[in-house]
Amino acid sequence: MLTKEQVEHVALLGRLELSDAEKETYATQLSDILEYFEALNKIDTENIPPTAHVLPIKNVFREDKVSEHLDNEMALANAPAKEGNSFKVPRII
Amino acid sequence: MAIQYEIVIGLEVHSELKTASKIFCCSSTEFGGDPNTHICPVCLGLPGVLPVTNKKVVEFGIKAGLALNCTIAEFSKFDRKNYYYPDLPKNYQISQYDLPIAEHGYLDITVDGQQKRIGITRVHMEEDAGKLVHEGETMATSRYSLVDYNRTGVPLVEIVSEPEISSPEEARLYLEKMKAILQYTDVSDCKMEEGSLRCDANISVRPVGQKEFGTRTELKNMNSFRALQKALEYEAERQIEVLEDGGRVIQETRTWDEARGITLSMRSKEEAHDYRYFPDPDLVPMVISQQWIEEIRQTLPELPDARKERYVTDYALPVYDAEVITGSKELSDYFDEGLKHTANAKALSNWVMGELLKYINTSGLSVAGVDFPIPPANLAELVELIDRGDISGKIAKDVFADMQEKGERPSVIIEARGLKQISDEGAIAAVVNEVIAKNPQSVEDFRNGKDKAIGFLVGQVMKATKGQANPGVVNQLLRDKMK
Repeated sequence: MLTKEQVEHVALLGRLELSDAEKETYATQLSDILEYFEALNKIDTENIPPTAHVLPIKNVFREDKVSEHLDNEMALANAPAKEGNSFKVPRII
Repeated sequence: MAIQYEIVIGLEVHSELKTASKIFCCSSTEFGGDPNTHICPVCLGLPGVLPVTNKKVVEFGIKAGLALNCTIAEFSKFDRKNYYYPDLPKNYQISQYDLPIAEHGYLDITVDGQQKRIGITRVHMEEDAGKLVHEGETMATSRYSLVDYNRTGVPLVEIVSEPEISSPEEARLYLEKMKAILQYTDVSDCKMEEGSLRCDANISVRPVGQKEFGTRTELKNMNSFRALQKALEYEAERQIEVLEDGGRVIQETRTWDEARGITLSMRSKEEAHDYRYFPDPDLVPMVISQQWIEEIRQTLPELPDARKERYVTDYALPVYDAEVITGSKELSDYFDEGLKHTANAKALSNWVMGELLKYINTSGLSVAGVDFPIPPANLAELVELIDRGDISGKIAKDVFADMQEKGERPSVIIEARGLKQISDEGAIAAVVNEVIAKNPQSVEDFRNGKDKAIGFLVGQVMKATKGQANPGVVNQLLRDKMK
């Protein structure tokens, strides 16, 4: 079972504000999910290399060429706040 | 007895790679530009976009790794480093975690005439973050910040050293050598003032003989070689003082305050880093063949150490000269070009390290620039003119000043201004006779064994000939006539 502190830590990493009730609920639910994934630990992976990608592909590259940029107005269109050419964000610390 | 401390430093260098487009998209990497004009849906991290790796970034990563004597990975991949900070639009940075492009290298520095090897742990590729401009005086008191994502996605290599640097001076030498190597290999501009070369430092102190490392702090915001050394000097002293007072060093990030000459704690919230790295599913792994590595190895130019060696062995330059000149690729290329026009390497080196460097520093011009008024062949010609006795070293400085102004060849300037040195004994003899006649006291002194008196007489002849007489000839004539 996840502790309340662990739930709070995960919530902080995801920038989620949780009520005490939610913390309890998620502690149970997250524990259930982790338990379900425990099944994977039963598989013998001794000689299996770690997966870097789900598909067997490699070396997909593009050439070093510049193409069109997004228009500044369009780039800022969905910004919750802006000033001049820039995105505006709330105080950081 | 007072405890002796030793300093342990490791450096993390970030260098922007000289590609035209960003690491995972086709936006321009050009420095400057209005905020948020060099961006596209990929570097903005809009939903549904697919990043694709710029091949040149991988080539540059391999090239930097080879130049730093690293082993290049046969298999490498990109990972997501997750953290919340508005300079990243995606809330993660694409970087490399456990399989970096290059590992286990080194570079050599010269400390007090001794060579020292500093290990390089790893070189990895990643995307740069955007730029924040904070409203108000300080970050802590500002109400909001403005974000410019032009720099987001510009390719970087991060180069991590082993904790094998033992002094602030060594740290500066390491960074200077790193800059030279990256410039020679042509993978980065390394302009510290534009942020294309940046350096963070980890530093700790421990009593001499102690095996375990002391608690380290991480220093940021050093924007010049000098600042790096100063910040480390300050921080080492600060840590020693803390220990001497019976305290303990706190592991934290500190920022260098250039104006006040001190480091300050950046501690905001006590939050341990928890980056939750995982392979980026949008990007495919890279398998790097020996053939590809060899092809890139073939493109490696002569590196600073090899060039230094060549100057010392082939041209008998002092090690000091060779180091100063090879410290900058531009300067060294200039010197090499000049050597095609004169055999007097030492004299050319003196001019390059003296007048030329002085001129570069005051004018702010680059010797590699098309508008640089003194091409290497002209400086070499000046050296030749002095060697041939056409002009004295003193007049040469005058001519050098004109070369800056007019961009002309020294021979043309000398001709036009009638500065050619007079070596003809007949012409000089007349002046010598006159000077001897006018200064009986000095002549008397000289004859009485005061050898110094000749200096005054030579000076008088030089003055009378406006510095154009050959001082060697003048000296000889005076001695002959006063016998």
